[in-house]
Amino acid sequence: MELANIFKYLYQSLANSGLPQVWVDIIALVAAGLIVFGVLAVIALFLVWWERKVSAHIQQRFGPMRTGWHGVLQTIADAIKLIQKEDITPTNVDRPVFYWAPIIAFVAAFLAYIAIPFGKGLIVSDLNIGILFIIAITTFTIISLLMAGWGSNNKYALLGGMRSAAQVVSYEVPMVVSILPIILFAGTLSMVEIVEAQAKIYQWFIFRVPFGPIAFIIYIIAGTAETNRTPFDLPEAEQELVAGFNVEYSGMKFAMFFLAEFVNMFTVCAIATTLFLGGWQGPFLPSWVWFLGKTLVLVFLLMWFRWTYPRLRVDQLMEFSWKFLVPLSFANLIIAGFMKHSKWFNW
Amino acid sequence: MTASKALRTEEFLVNMGPHHPSTHGVCRFLLTMDGEVVIKAVPYIGYLHRALEKICENRTYPQCLPVLDRFEYCTSMSCEYAFCLAVEKLAGIQAPERAEYLRIIMVELNRIASHLIWFGTTALDLGAITPFLYGFREREDILDLFEMTCGQRLTYNYIRIGGVSRDIPSQFIPKAKEFIDKFPSKIDDYVKLLNENPIWVVRNRNVGILPPELALSYGVSGPVLRGSGVKFDLRKDDPYSIYDRFEFDIPTGKYGDCYDRYLVRMAEMLQSTRIVKQALEQLPEGDIKAKVSPQFKPPKGEVYSRIENSRGEMGIYIQSPGDSKKPLRVKMRGGSYNHLQVMPEIVKGGKIADLVAVMASMDIIMPEVDR
Repeated sequence: MELANIFKYLYQSLANSGLPQVWVDIIALVAAGLIVFGVLAVIALFLVWWERKVSAHIQQRFGPMRTGWHGVLQTIADAIKLIQKEDITPTNVDRPVFYWAPIIAFVAAFLAYIAIPFGKGLIVSDLNIGILFIIAITTFTIISLLMAGWGSNNKYALLGGMRSAAQVVSYEVPMVVSILPIILFAGTLSMVEIVEAQAKIYQWFIFRVPFGPIAFIIYIIAGTAETNRTPFDLPEAEQELVAGFNVEYSGMKFAMFFLAEFVNMFTVCAIATTLFLGGWQGPFLPSWVWFLGKTLVLVFLLMWFRWTYPRLRVDQLMEFSWKFLVPLSFANLIIAGFMKHSKWFNW
Repeated sequence: MTASKALRTEEFLVNMGPHHPSTHGVCRFLLTMDGEVVIKAVPYIGYLHRALEKICENRTYPQCLPVLDRFEYCTSMSCEYAFCLAVEKLAGIQAPERAEYLRIIMVELNRIASHLIWFGTTALDLGAITPFLYGFREREDILDLFEMTCGQRLTYNYIRIGGVSRDIPSQFIPKAKEFIDKFPSKIDDYVKLLNENPIWVVRNRNVGILPPELALSYGVSGPVLRGSGVKFDLRKDDPYSIYDRFEFDIPTGKYGDCYDRYLVRMAEMLQSTRIVKQALEQLPEGDIKAKVSPQFKPPKGEVYSRIENSRGEMGIYIQSPGDSKKPLRVKMRGGSYNHLQVMPEIVKGGKIADLVAVMASMDIIMPEVDR
């Protein structure tokens, strides 16, 4: 069952209802935005629960069991609790900065989904600069972390904020360079067209040896670092910085950071699915099921990392990016360029 | 001049602790930081001071034992053991053969349990959360053994002056043997999880190097000293009780860094299982406690008795006035105190993350420092 047809039908009936075209478009856009927001909020809540279950089973525990079937409602209960909490603003914080940081984190996390195709025809807006837009928007997260670190007026938070800024900037470079071979071969920045370039399974960019798998691995590593997850979770390293940048946040502001983190994780995996794993392409099942399935497999991979690895030190983190990932990604780009130019590999 | 004006950096002070997730209790470090680099670290102690030594002076000797349990609660058995050995030495009491074996089984199992806590928390401090729960899973089996023997899981009050409080139940030996048999395979799991993990190696190798001379000058003992390459273990070098009857090796490190200390402790757990296995096989029948009056008065004199604890040398000094059933002075010595004092020397110039790694590898426990 393709969801795109339902939306198309709804749009058609709205257009035939006699409203001016401007209004129809505005209503359609607002509705699309709300739907994406709602779906992502549910996904984020689900991911929080899933992470707890995955970690629990890796660690031979049960995890949440009491709220609903195997604790599925646990995150909803937690979210309700966080909404009810008193919103504490410590004295001596930089108020506007402190206030806006979680909001920017939250908004930046959701904005990327404007250009991500959830399924065949299921995209809010097929921007012709799709991937560029997504990379630019997701980078906003650093600003919010930096603001949170600085605005909290707390030494641990400041160290966390600085760490995250340094980390995300360093890992942005290999991440973008690892994406470039894909753009080179697809010949477009539009996410929809990149997916369409991978119609057959052997055309998936992850299977285009040698540049594809290397780019995928670099992307996943850099993506893990971008989302501040273990082994790159230095900005919130509990054992060193207590909680890092969000140490002073409580209640709903904390929940916003928390949800943004999980949405960001989903974003990284959704982009990886679109760029490397053929997006929504797949037989038999509806396209959005394929998209969700592939993305969730990648999300599971990131969770697996988190519950297995120790954490790197801050200088080792930088070294790994600048001395290993960046040269490797550039070498990969050059190889891809030669392959494209030589026309030996004509997919 | 303009360059320095444009880019001016400033050192700042961070109070790490007493409420901090990785200070293992209530230790406080006053750190002078230059960004991420620790320039100076000064430990402040005393947040967990409970005046245990003074409390002991107001109790009779058998009454002191529950207090000793709280001295170093990860290895309560060893604390009781050290105290009992000291009193027995002072009063010339000889514990029966079976009691000696039972004590050694308990103390060595307790050493494994303590090292498992260290293993879990060390991994936790370096960001790996899963090994923590694995370590506690195995510790649970040991605690079950203790519980079935003496009814307690943390503060046992099991080893008594002149013996032990009660005999082991019949299901103890099969359960203990089962644990001893399966434990080495669990260690293999840990090794797979951490030893060969490049992140783990890079976080621990060449971090917090403690040269043997520095270690000796600070009175460092136990696995930390052995990690620096000094082969010194009281169980071999100053044998007490019946340790000379067992075969076991003393693992030592080479470079004195966090990774060596890690390897030494991992190897020690296996050696302890060897000792327990031998002790279970040799365990004789017989009495478990010599007759000691609760009101007994040791002769006038003083005694210092030391044992090898999981955190280094644990010594008990007792001064007896001769005409009293209470000690005149009790002094407890734990390894953690010296380990904490040597830390500022070896964390200087490292990152804040290294401080956490070093602290974890030292296995400092605050009740032993503050007493």
